[in-house]
Formats: sequence, C-alpha cells, structure tokens
Amino acid sequence: MAKRNSKTFTPSAPLTANPSSQLSEKDLQALYRGMVLVRLLDEKLTLLQRQGRIGFYGTCTGEEAAVIGSAFALQPQDWIFPALRQGGAALWRGAPLRDYLAQLFGNAADPLKGRQMPVHFSDRRIHQVSWSSCIGTQLPQAVGAARAAQLRGDPTVVLAYLGDGASSEADFHVALNFAGVWKAPVVFLCQNNQWAISVPLSRQTASAGIAIKAEAYGFAGMAIDGNDVLQVYEATRAAVDKARVGGGPTLVEAVTYRISAHSTSDDPSRYRDESITAEWRQKDPILRFRRILEERRLWDASIELSLNTSISQEIAEALRSVERLPAPALDTLVTDVYAAVPAHLQEEYADLERLIKERI
Amino acid sequence: MPTLNMIQALNDALKVEMRRDDRVVVMGEDVGVLGGVFRVTVDLQQEFGSERVMDTPLSEGGIIGTAIGMALYGLRPVPEIQFADFIYPAFDQIVNEMAKYRYRSGGQYTCPMVIRTPYGGGIRGGHYHSQSNEAYFIHTPGLKVVIPSNPYDAKGLLLSSIRDDDPVIFMEPKRIYRAVKGEVPEGDYTVPLGAAKIVQEGRHVTLIAYGAMMQETLQAAAKAAEEGLQCEVIDLRTLLPLDTDTVVQSVKKTGRCVVVHEAARTGGFGAEVSAILMEKAFLDLEAPVRRVTGFDTPFPYSLEHYYLPDANRILSAIRETAAF
Repeated sequence: MAKRNSKTFTPSAPLTANPSSQLSEKDLQALYRGMVLVRLLDEKLTLLQRQGRIGFYGTCTGEEAAVIGSAFALQPQDWIFPALRQGGAALWRGAPLRDYLAQLFGNAADPLKGRQMPVHFSDRRIHQVSWSSCIGTQLPQAVGAARAAQLRGDPTVVLAYLGDGASSEADFHVALNFAGVWKAPVVFLCQNNQWAISVPLSRQTASAGIAIKAEAYGFAGMAIDGNDVLQVYEATRAAVDKARVGGGPTLVEAVTYRISAHSTSDDPSRYRDESITAEWRQKDPILRFRRILEERRLWDASIELSLNTSISQEIAEALRSVERLPAPALDTLVTDVYAAVPAHLQEEYADLERLIKERI
Repeated sequence: MPTLNMIQALNDALKVEMRRDDRVVVMGEDVGVLGGVFRVTVDLQQEFGSERVMDTPLSEGGIIGTAIGMALYGLRPVPEIQFADFIYPAFDQIVNEMAKYRYRSGGQYTCPMVIRTPYGGGIRGGHYHSQSNEAYFIHTPGLKVVIPSNPYDAKGLLLSSIRDDDPVIFMEPKRIYRAVKGEVPEGDYTVPLGAAKIVQEGRHVTLIAYGAMMQETLQAAAKAAEEGLQCEVIDLRTLLPLDTDTVVQSVKKTGRCVVVHEAARTGGFGAEVSAILMEKAFLDLEAPVRRVTGFDTPFPYSLEHYYLPDANRILSAIRETAAF
C-alpha cells in the first residue's frame, strides 16, 4: 500500500469479493500491457505536442492503475462517462488506437470530425461518451444513463470518472444525490491525484477525503490505494457487481498523485514542491505491478524490452497512418449541429463556399 | 372535437406519446403525484407509473443533467422545469452539453429530449415566476426553441418536439394556460417545427408575435382594422429554426413590420427578426421595423402591466409604422 493521504477516509463498508486472486496470468499480463501502453503513449504524445504536431495533451502519468484497473472491471455493455485522463480506458475497451490518435490531430480520420481539442475522445461502439472540459458535467449524465438502464431492465452499469477538483462542483453533489435516491447502477471513480491544476486537495475540501462524501447521499464510499492496479480492480469490480444486481451506487476514491503537469500548458514547479512528486515517483503503479509480476515470473528485462518495442511500433505505425491526413471535409463545419442542416445554416455555409471559390 | 385549454391539450399530447412510445419518460419537480404545479402532467403517473413519471429531487441542474444521460442511453425524456425563471442552474447542461452532444461527438451521440417550461408574465409572479428568457436559448446552436400560443398548436407542436431527434426547449405561455380554449383533435396529429402560421392576412402592416403575446397582438390588429389598417398577423410558433420565408414574404408584401415580445428589448428576438428583414427585405421596407417589447429591466412585480406589451402599445406602434 502506498502511504495514504492522512485525510483519506477509511472504508466503512469492506469489500467482500476478492476477484483478483482469480485473475489469470493472461489477465495480469494484459493489465500490465494496458498500463504501459498509456505510459508510452503519454510520453510520445507529450513529445508531439512539444514539437508542435498536436496542439494540446494531458497525460495520465502515475495514474495508469486507476484507469486501467477500473476499466478492467467492466463488461462490454457497460458505459463510461470519462473525465480528462481516461483515454486509456477507451483503448483498453477496444477503441482503435488510430481513431484515438486521429482525434488528437482533428483530421479527416477523426471520428469526432475535428470538432474538439485533443483528449476529448469518445467512441459509441464501446459506450464511452464524449467528455466535457466543464468539470463534473458528466456526473449527472452518468446517473441519468444508469437510471435509463435501470428503467429498461438492462444489466448495464455506468462508470463515471472524476478528479478531486470535480468534487467541488454542484454537478458532483447533484449526481450523488440523484444516484442515491434512485439507487442507480452507477460507480463514481474519483481519481484523487491531489491537484486540480494548481490547487491542492486541502484547499478543495474540508472533508476527510472524497469517499466520505458518499455517506451523506446514502451509499458507500471507499478510499483505496489508486496506485495498486489489483486493488483498484477489486474495489471497482465489487462496486460494479453490486450495482449490476440492484445494490445501488458506490463512490470509489482511488488515491494517487499527478506526477506530471495538469496538461502541456501547465508548469507545476510554479506552485508545488516537486520533491513530493519525486516521492510519488517511487510509488509508480507500473513499477509496483512489475514487482508482483516478477515474483510470479511474468516479467523480466527481456519481456519488458519486447513489450516496449511492440507497443512503440504500434504507436509509430498508427501515428504514421493518420498524421498526414487532410483536415475534415469543409461541410463538417455545419453538419451534426442538428440531424439535418437547417435553412439558415445552409445559407451561412453557401456564403463560405462562395468566398472560398472567389479566392481561387 | 373536444374544446380544451392549453393545459389539457399538453396533458393529452403527453398521454398520446407515452402510449405510443415507451421510451418517453416525464420527470421534474412535483410532476408525479401532484401532476405538476400547473397540472400539465396530471394523471400521468396513475397511467404510466412512477418509473416513467418521476418526481425528482429539487435540482434543475440534476433534472436536466440526468435527462441528458437518459437521452444518450436511448430514452426520450421530457423533463419539466417548473418555471423558466428556475432554469439557470441547468444552463451549462443545456447549452454546453445537451445542445452540443451531436456536434462534439461527431454525430455519435444525440440528445433527443424536450424541456417543457412555463414562461412569461401577467400572473403576478414577480421576477422569479415571470421571465421570458427565450433569447438565451435562441443564441445556442444545437437547440430548437418552440413556443405555442393556443391549445391546438400546443398539442401538435409538443408531439413533433418529442419525436424530433434534436433537443427542444418548449416554452409554455402560462398566462394563457387556462384563459385560451380551442378545439383540439383527439389522438395523434402533429404541427411541424420550423413553420410559422399566418393567423390573419392583411396588406398594410405585418405583426409578428408568439406565445401569450398573440392575444394582445390580435386585439391590436382588430383595433387597427377599425381604423382601416389591415394587419397581417404571423404566429412564429418555432423561434429556432425560424421560418424566415414566411416572415420575409409577408413583409415584402406589406413593407411594414412590428415585432412583439414580452422579453426585454436589448438582444431580444425582435432584434433578430429586424436584422433578418434588413438583410432580406431592405428594398421593400417602407418604414423602420418596430419592436414592442418588455423593458430592459428586471421583471417587476407591482407594475407588471406597464412592463408587458398590451394591445394599446402595439396599436400605437402599428399607427406610427403605417404613417411613417
């Protein structure tokens, strides 16, 4: 266990299941690969941003266990309402890497048609919804989707991610309240990385952590070691299983640390003591999981090398296939505002087309 | 054909559509057991149960935020915001989320839902029960904004709105909820979105209005007729997308136009109509487009009848426009 934040709430409702003991070697290796993919992707894409090839990026460094461990607890029919750092969950659940990268470039291969900044990926095929930069808005929506599944009698659970900063938003409290009243099949997964850009958790809330807030809304909250991928999986899996059989919502607080900057537009040395960051680097979730794998003879230096090589190649190939594609078609400026382009918008678009023609 | 008031017509529309489509759910504050503070959802919970007609916790942001999630999942929610004045806590969910899901997800996700909300003054409701805040929503690409003025249109427009694949703000003129009655067909029929209606033909001045202001506008048109001024009266019915052709054709014929709304003037929908006429009918205009609107003040309590446009203010504008 990583050292808990001293204000972290101690779970009042102990988990009963211990499914990770049943994980196969293949599962363990897949989890490790999923985390390493996120790490290598983040490194590569940060580099791309520094080179001016993409406009923006937000990494998940140090928080890979919280994302991959929780996504692993879902079934294919389950939905994800993500926050900023859950692109890895989409990839884990089968979103094509090529689509994910094309979204960063906002080009003709972008499934979102170049309509959003990088890292706002979504993919309907895997039920991962489009994220909003306005913090916390996804939470009541997640509860609504869960309520809809409940009304339809579908065995579907919704996993809603948030950061610690989002716990200050009205939408957070609204969402927990509605979820509690409806006993909605939703799991809130708070990646408490202890920083909302420059504001530390101590200035975000006077509560003893995030998980305790669930108690006020009539359901269980639990704080877990967010850098232990197996613990994240077990806790999320128990919460997901409970929600699926009508047991209602759970708030899981995965305590972790934002090792890198908030985004490529941010410089944390301006507002925090980076010696603490260095301490958290020692608790790196990938290194810790690697030790477990090593004990079980599922990891060694040569496995690491070939894994790194294969993932790096995969990323390089996907990048090559999308980077140089043209911008989205001009008419995507006005399509999808409505199901059909209304007359006034057709007129505005005709003006643009005419101007472009005249310039040529 | 039964004669219904607007509340009965809206209630009938909800029943028709809930029977036809089991994806339709109604939700909001007091809409279930009580049947809504204005009784628009009365008897629905008895027929459709408390899962399809949900009394929610008291949170407008929560009502709209969760309704969005339901719409994403595949339901057709019809949330009620008890008074349009209460809608602002849900504003972010409406303008950034509901209105933008289709666009921002590249067409992967859509939000087919209808927010019903009573709006407008004249009921001694003061600032928090009287506002006409349609302009905020008209300025939001991705939304449709519908405002009926009579029971027949109310039912037909609500049915069209629920069946529409895009989110609709459906604003109900509560001042005439019960005051205006009319024949309403039983069962299913629709009034198309995006189509204005010429309520009365005329050749001197075009009057454009919607919602509760149709009553005042028609009274003003009757008084003007006594003075020999034949007004063409247009009920917009859908403000976004606007039926520009009907408006422009009428003004090309009359050359004169008065726009009426009870919302504050600055940045109100009258400004948009006026600008469209400048762009599309400039050479046909014989007089400046006149606006008769609420004042640029918060909605007042004691003096609301000075704030609201009435037939006399509209008549005065008609006379001046005709004489220009």
